[in-house]
Amino acid sequence: MLEGQEEEGDLPTDSDESVYSGLEDSGSDSLTEEEEDDRDRGAEERLRSRNPQAGKATQLGPKIRSKATDPQPPLQNEYAEDSSDEEDIRNTVGNIPMGWYQDFPHIGYNLDGKEIYKPIRSKDELDKFLEKMENPDYWRTVHDKMTGVDVKLTDEQVELVSRLQRGQFGDVNFNPYEPAVDFFSSQVRIHPVTNRPPDKRSFIPSLVEKEKVSKLVHAIKMGWIKPRRPREDTVAFYDLWAQEDHNSILGRHKMHVPAPKLPLPGHEESYNPPPEYLPTEEEKLAWEQQEPSERKLNFLAQRHDCLRRVPAYPRFIHERFERCLDLYLCPRQRKMRVSVDPEDLIPKLPKPQDLRPFPTVQALVYRGHTSLVRCISVSPAGQWLVSGSDDGTVKFWEVCTARCVKSLPVQAAVKSIAWNPNPAICLVAVAVEHTVLLVNPGLGDKLLCGATDQLLEGYVPPEEGRLQPVTWEEATEEEHRLGMRLRVRFGKPLKQVTWHGRGDYFATVVSDNSHLQVLIHQASKRWSQAPFRRSKGQVQCVLFHPLRPFFFVATQRFVRVYHLLKQELTKKLLTNCKWVSGMALHPGGDNLICGSYDSKLVWFDLDLSTKPYRVLRHHKAALRTVAFHPSYPLFASGSDDGSVIVCHGMVYNDLLQNPLLVPVKVLRGHQLAHDLGVLDVLFHPTQPWLFSAGADATIRLFT
Amino acid sequence: MGGLEKKKYERGSATNYITRNKARKKLQLSLPDFRRLCILKGIYPHEPKHKKKVNKGSTAARTFYLLKDIKFLLHEPIVNKFREYKVFVRKLRKAYGKSEWNTVQRLKENKPAYKLDHIIKERYPTFVDALRDLDDALSMCVLFATFPRTGKCHVQIIQLCRRLTVEFLNYVIASHGLRKVFLSIKGIYYQAEVLGQLVTWITPYAFSHNHPTDVDYRVMATFTEFYTTLLGFVNFRLYQSLNLHYPPKIEGYSSVEMKPEDGEAYALDSESTLEKLSALSTGLARAVAPNIEDEAEVDEFLMEGETAEQEEARRKEEEDLEKQKKLFEGLQFFLNREVPREPLAFVIRCFGGKVSWDKSVCIGATYDVTDPNITHQIVDRPNVEKQVVGRYYLQPQWVFDSANAKMCLPVADYFPGVMLPPHLSPFVSEKEGDYIPPEKLKLLALQRGEEPAEDSESGEEEESGEEEEDATEGSEEDSDKEDEGKLRKMEAQRSQSKSLPVKVTPGQVVKEDKQRLMQEQQSEEKRLAIMMMKKREKYLYRKIMFGKKRKIREANKLAEKRKAHDAAAKSEKKKSKKARRE
Repeated sequence: MLEGQEEEGDLPTDSDESVYSGLEDSGSDSLTEEEEDDRDRGAEERLRSRNPQAGKATQLGPKIRSKATDPQPPLQNEYAEDSSDEEDIRNTVGNIPMGWYQDFPHIGYNLDGKEIYKPIRSKDELDKFLEKMENPDYWRTVHDKMTGVDVKLTDEQVELVSRLQRGQFGDVNFNPYEPAVDFFSSQVRIHPVTNRPPDKRSFIPSLVEKEKVSKLVHAIKMGWIKPRRPREDTVAFYDLWAQEDHNSILGRHKMHVPAPKLPLPGHEESYNPPPEYLPTEEEKLAWEQQEPSERKLNFLAQRHDCLRRVPAYPRFIHERFERCLDLYLCPRQRKMRVSVDPEDLIPKLPKPQDLRPFPTVQALVYRGHTSLVRCISVSPAGQWLVSGSDDGTVKFWEVCTARCVKSLPVQAAVKSIAWNPNPAICLVAVAVEHTVLLVNPGLGDKLLCGATDQLLEGYVPPEEGRLQPVTWEEATEEEHRLGMRLRVRFGKPLKQVTWHGRGDYFATVVSDNSHLQVLIHQASKRWSQAPFRRSKGQVQCVLFHPLRPFFFVATQRFVRVYHLLKQELTKKLLTNCKWVSGMALHPGGDNLICGSYDSKLVWFDLDLSTKPYRVLRHHKAALRTVAFHPSYPLFASGSDDGSVIVCHGMVYNDLLQNPLLVPVKVLRGHQLAHDLGVLDVLFHPTQPWLFSAGADATIRLFT
Repeated sequence: MGGLEKKKYERGSATNYITRNKARKKLQLSLPDFRRLCILKGIYPHEPKHKKKVNKGSTAARTFYLLKDIKFLLHEPIVNKFREYKVFVRKLRKAYGKSEWNTVQRLKENKPAYKLDHIIKERYPTFVDALRDLDDALSMCVLFATFPRTGKCHVQIIQLCRRLTVEFLNYVIASHGLRKVFLSIKGIYYQAEVLGQLVTWITPYAFSHNHPTDVDYRVMATFTEFYTTLLGFVNFRLYQSLNLHYPPKIEGYSSVEMKPEDGEAYALDSESTLEKLSALSTGLARAVAPNIEDEAEVDEFLMEGETAEQEEARRKEEEDLEKQKKLFEGLQFFLNREVPREPLAFVIRCFGGKVSWDKSVCIGATYDVTDPNITHQIVDRPNVEKQVVGRYYLQPQWVFDSANAKMCLPVADYFPGVMLPPHLSPFVSEKEGDYIPPEKLKLLALQRGEEPAEDSESGEEEESGEEEEDATEGSEEDSDKEDEGKLRKMEAQRSQSKSLPVKVTPGQVVKEDKQRLMQEQQSEEKRLAIMMMKKREKYLYRKIMFGKKRKIREANKLAEKRKAHDAAAKSEKKKSKKARRE
């Protein structure tokens, strides 16, 4: 009872309790209505431990109460004393948690409404301990929260507590084992115990049950409830492939890709690998810093000196799991692994030795210029070489001796230079800033030089002055002595000058965007004309066809071929380059090569198509210039990477056979200066020799 | 004009693929069910060639399946089972919620179950197909068999895995199929030849697992579910092929005989059988007693197009194989309690040896330590207190190395407490140009029947010198030449400084030059030819060459490391020797 009350301590059920046992009623609330705090419980435990066989039953309540200290005989009128309003007469706060008065100096009010004060000094732990040690009655002392007073239990009360603890009745006199008297005995009496007639439902079948049964029957009929099956726990295996069909394909489809097997472990995965497979400290560090997905091996090689020292691999489950993920989440693809011998990839080309002659070694170096040599040209007979440089001079060299025979100061950088291809004329066109100088070098045959001079002087000015885009001037006396004969003045700085094969006409390109950038001049008549009425973009270079009246104009990305007589555009070649730098025409006139600043060399077969027949990416830097040999099947390209590549370019007379292009030699020799290498290349007109002008102020001859 | 308007993404590759979500909706399955179905049926996503086209212009990352695959899944009977299971779970939850315990009981008894037999037959139409895919199945089952009996997954699955793996191991023992073993830091790799197929699996070392949290055990359990079924059928067939009983019976075991003994130790008879089986110490009973006369020698036919040499090689290989199968025949092993019992017992029994262990270690011990017939005792402790005369005390690595070498290796390197030689992977077959560790070279020499290196100091040193030479010769032929050239130059310089520069013999120089010129010319020719390659080919060529160079570089690095290590070891040895002398 006591414990039951403890549990539902908060309920104000005092009166109810008192109904059942007058014994406990009165005291119960004081002790039990609050949940027992530690101190109370402690006291109880003490009771239990120190006095396990406490003798007589005692009651707690009455003792605590000051008013009723005697144990009441149970037969007394239970209403005599018990009443909820005369409860604890000293403290009138009622059935509340006493914690509410924790912060107040008082713990309640007496009947007169006066505050009941707490004891002056609350006991601290030390006091409690001392009291525990010194007070022999400590074990039977209980703290009454309502009054804040310690109460010493009497012997009766102690015994009551111990009885209750043992699970006995609180009342000593109560005998729980009195002989039972059966109300309904096993003997059949002649008279019924009750005279009530039996219900009707006791002898008719139950409707509820019927409903239930019919529900079940229906459920079974409908298959909702299945009869219990015997469970088979073991999996039965049998010969699944007894009638296997070797021709049957996978049920899914033919495209099924079986999962690849995991790669087999190498030496480094051994528990005791050879020492060279163990990672060094740096390698370890590098491995740790790598992303897990980037690592080549997903573990670090380790050495254990015997098998018993090998620990479990912590990522074992992870690896199996990753394999599972791979199996069902990874797209599978059949990758054709190319098992190509790299040697097979190299094209089989004729050997360079079989394609001789071609320039192979550097034979001569022409030194004398002080700045980069922009352009060179060679006399038609191949005896003389002329070069123009940024140092403002034009130098004439003898090819075989590398001797500078003549130096012509021109006061500005020479942009382009061209020796008249006609062997009967000895004339050099030099493009310097805004002018083109026609120079008679006076080298070689005196007769030839004289004839040239005569040709130029034989000019008879026409009666009526014609409007020309340029002005023609005779050279002064001073200049005449140096070799200059004519001067053609332009409004814009020049880019290029080139002769027609006959040696009378020459074409110039100025850096301009108008239709006047390309002009064609006739030296003997001192007559210039603009061939185009409209500009088609910035012209890079122009070229005369050696045999037929064609004129090639290279703009930034296209090469246009004009028919000079018909005065029409015949072809437009698409170079596929970003910026054409130079072009050269095969002496046969049917093939054209273009160099470009995006380090490509493009070969056009003019009969074939307007698209390149072959694109060669041999150089590593921008191509500056390209050149064909006039007689041998050779062409060369000079580039900013300082190398000249000589290729064999055989053009067959048979139209069905494509040209054969084979690189035969890489010539190196020029140093790089200002990120520029070779600026001009040129073949000797008769020998398989190659001149190259470089940014290192030299000209080199390769033979 | 006229005709219908052509709509985008309604033809071509867009119609061949289906996204995962759409596939799921088409099948009316939840994502976990769809996943399970894909795992069981072996359906995997496909990467379309033009992702954007298939993705209807969007570039979002999506998983695509072939529409054919999904259509194929539509007719799968197991999908219905999944749906039934879903309904079952719903009913069960409802019953729980209403506290209808009878219903719960009834539902649980009628829990829908499915079988995977037909899927296995479908995925592996022939038995060989199944064998080819056995690697993952075995590894997974072995892993699951080592899981604790609590938590992670059903106990039945774990027990089944254990049973199946033990059965498979017993089959391998009975067929002498084991070929290679490798002790790696991850676990032990085994490779067995099963009916001509190489099956490789890995077992973890016998420690309890530290279960990771970032692993989805449901996925693994689904795989295991499939794999156990597969492995069961494969085992059945394999046992049948050897005329063994399935489920296996232990040789000479009759229930009447053993019962009184086992009754005390084991609650269940079946359990004790499994334990005995997993001890791997006894043979299996055959359904039909092997008849020696039946195993008549197979007549040998010369295969068409096979030369005599090839035939010779083949015969030699076969002989080797036979020899390997009987590697440990006649040897009796005893395993100390500190060595891993199962792998060792498995390997020894596979190669025909007899094996036993202390009775208290495991059931199935056949003889005692005191048995005088024991030839080898496997020990893994620094020293052995009481050594019995007449048997070798060896570290476990000897067994594995011998098995891989297909011969009993000299025992001296494997005595207890001795620094072990490196354990090499038997799976690596070095091609030309690869780095070969010197131990492998030694082993190859041993296999060829050459005299094993003597243990004396001088012999060792010589050997190491040779090794170094081998290592350098293999990889750095070019550098040799360069060195020669350098030497010559240095000599020339020295001679110049010493005496007059007149004394030069031009004849040799010219000869040398010629060769070099030839070489140079050839290399230049090659360079020029490479210039003429097409762009695509050039790219491929560069890639191949890059790979080759990297390989060479790696091999060189390993060789150098080894050299440095050997030098360090040698100097240390000398030092210690000196110290000893003093």
